[in-house]
Amino acid sequence: MNELPQQLVNGLLLGSMYGLVAIGYTMVYGIVQLINFAHGEIFMTGAFGAFTVYMYVLPDGTSMAIALPLMLIGGIIVAVLVAVGAERFAYRPLRGAPRLAPLITAIGLSLALQQGVWAWYPDATSALKFPQIKGGPFEIGNVTIQTGDIFLMIAAPLSMAILAYFVMRTRTGRGMQATAQDSDTAKLMGVNTDRIIVIAFALGAAFAAVGGMAYGLKYGQIDFRMGFILGLKAFTAAVLGGIGNIYGAMIGGIVLGVVEALSTAYIGDIPGMDKFGSQSWADVWAFVLLILVLLLRPQGLLGERVADRA
Amino acid sequence: MTTLLEVEDLRVAYGKIEAVKGISFKVDAGEVVTLIGTNGAGKTTTLRTLSGLLKPVGGQIKFNGKSLKKSPAHQIVQLGLAHSPEGRHIFPRMTIEDNLRLGAFLRSDRQGIEKDIQRAYDLFPILGERRKQAAGTLSGGEQQMLAMGRALMSQPKLLMLDEPSMGLSPIMMQKIMATIAELKAQGTTILLVEQNAQAALSLADHGHVMEIGKIVLSGTGQDLLHDESVRKAYLGED
Repeated sequence: MNELPQQLVNGLLLGSMYGLVAIGYTMVYGIVQLINFAHGEIFMTGAFGAFTVYMYVLPDGTSMAIALPLMLIGGIIVAVLVAVGAERFAYRPLRGAPRLAPLITAIGLSLALQQGVWAWYPDATSALKFPQIKGGPFEIGNVTIQTGDIFLMIAAPLSMAILAYFVMRTRTGRGMQATAQDSDTAKLMGVNTDRIIVIAFALGAAFAAVGGMAYGLKYGQIDFRMGFILGLKAFTAAVLGGIGNIYGAMIGGIVLGVVEALSTAYIGDIPGMDKFGSQSWADVWAFVLLILVLLLRPQGLLGERVADRA
Repeated sequence: MTTLLEVEDLRVAYGKIEAVKGISFKVDAGEVVTLIGTNGAGKTTTLRTLSGLLKPVGGQIKFNGKSLKKSPAHQIVQLGLAHSPEGRHIFPRMTIEDNLRLGAFLRSDRQGIEKDIQRAYDLFPILGERRKQAAGTLSGGEQQMLAMGRALMSQPKLLMLDEPSMGLSPIMMQKIMATIAELKAQGTTILLVEQNAQAALSLADHGHVMEIGKIVLSGTGQDLLHDESVRKAYLGED
């Protein structure tokens, strides 16, 4: 049986999850030129927020149809609060400082969030079982779609459409574009850039929370370390697509996901490469792709180079 | 005439280095006032402080009767002080039309905005022809037109222009200066910073000569144009 369509779908789904998280990296970078390395942990707190709603807020036996939207809202609220708090208390005091300072802060914050969840969240020292949607899996032709991925299939394109509408069509979105291109001049137009920065962090966190929820449904469990490797992947996706470009983040995520899926499926078949095709090598191929892009097209797939004549 | 802008003993510093060392001047409604002087005299620093991008270390700024000292930049625009910055700073990846719309960021009167966009195109027809083009593809002079048009979109009471002729060809420079004269004729109040002292003083009602952070000479445009020390220092005459 031809498994290529299945692998492409797997890659697309995985990639759209990367893309959801990558949006946060790319937006924050686009506005304040900061790589928020704690963003992976914001994704993680989003998943834990959703889990908390299910576990401790909703009564036992609530149907998933009711639970899912409430969990999503809970996850988004928690992630947004963490991100906005991080911006206010960790990054804002360092604005104007040399770039190394906020970068180190981000790494410190990332560790603090991981360890905080590990130490204080009930039973979080090991993986927690995430609630699952019943039914399925679904067969379309010879492609199987796991029930847990249905959420991702709906949420990812919807999120992207909402984001595109917001950035292109709303006043705040245009203010955001202006701030990304030239922050001082945006101020001269009347854009409150401090507010735009907070909005960028909050939006990025909201999409990360959608990704965190998707992760829990997809893999059936969450843990305090889940944001580390996924954060790195999402960052890779953002760079791949052209950091600062929101469409690039989604496309970079999808390319990365597809490359991972195809590498697991096919690299082992190449004569002499049988060792390198396993799941554990997928991460390696993902980062090989990153290195190639950085070498051959450092501005990323959608990175723009508009002549900036003075 | 009513005084629109009143600057008193303004001092601005970068770290420990004072770039503006206590200057005072005023701009009346309807007049063109120019600050001239060499590089590093503090002209741009003065404008950036007036528009709120820099915070003064001392002195007073009163605009339309209100102190601007504590207002952030985005609120100062709302009060009616527009700033077309040195080096144009158009938004390169946006279209010309979107650049103009950003100039009207704080306005919500849609019809008025459309009318003013049309006015900008009337003032600079080349912008109208290229309205859907990315602004980064324009020539320097065209970018300057866009920067001025964009600043006008906020319907300012006072328009501040920083080095509008910088780096332009003589023909383009003349065009820009002619536009400033036209804006003046329409009654726009303008604070103009220029290195081209001849052109600026010919236009201006009042001028101030700045040297290393201080105003060393003030007068009407015509007085300064005929002042011997100004002619020697800035108009290249022996």
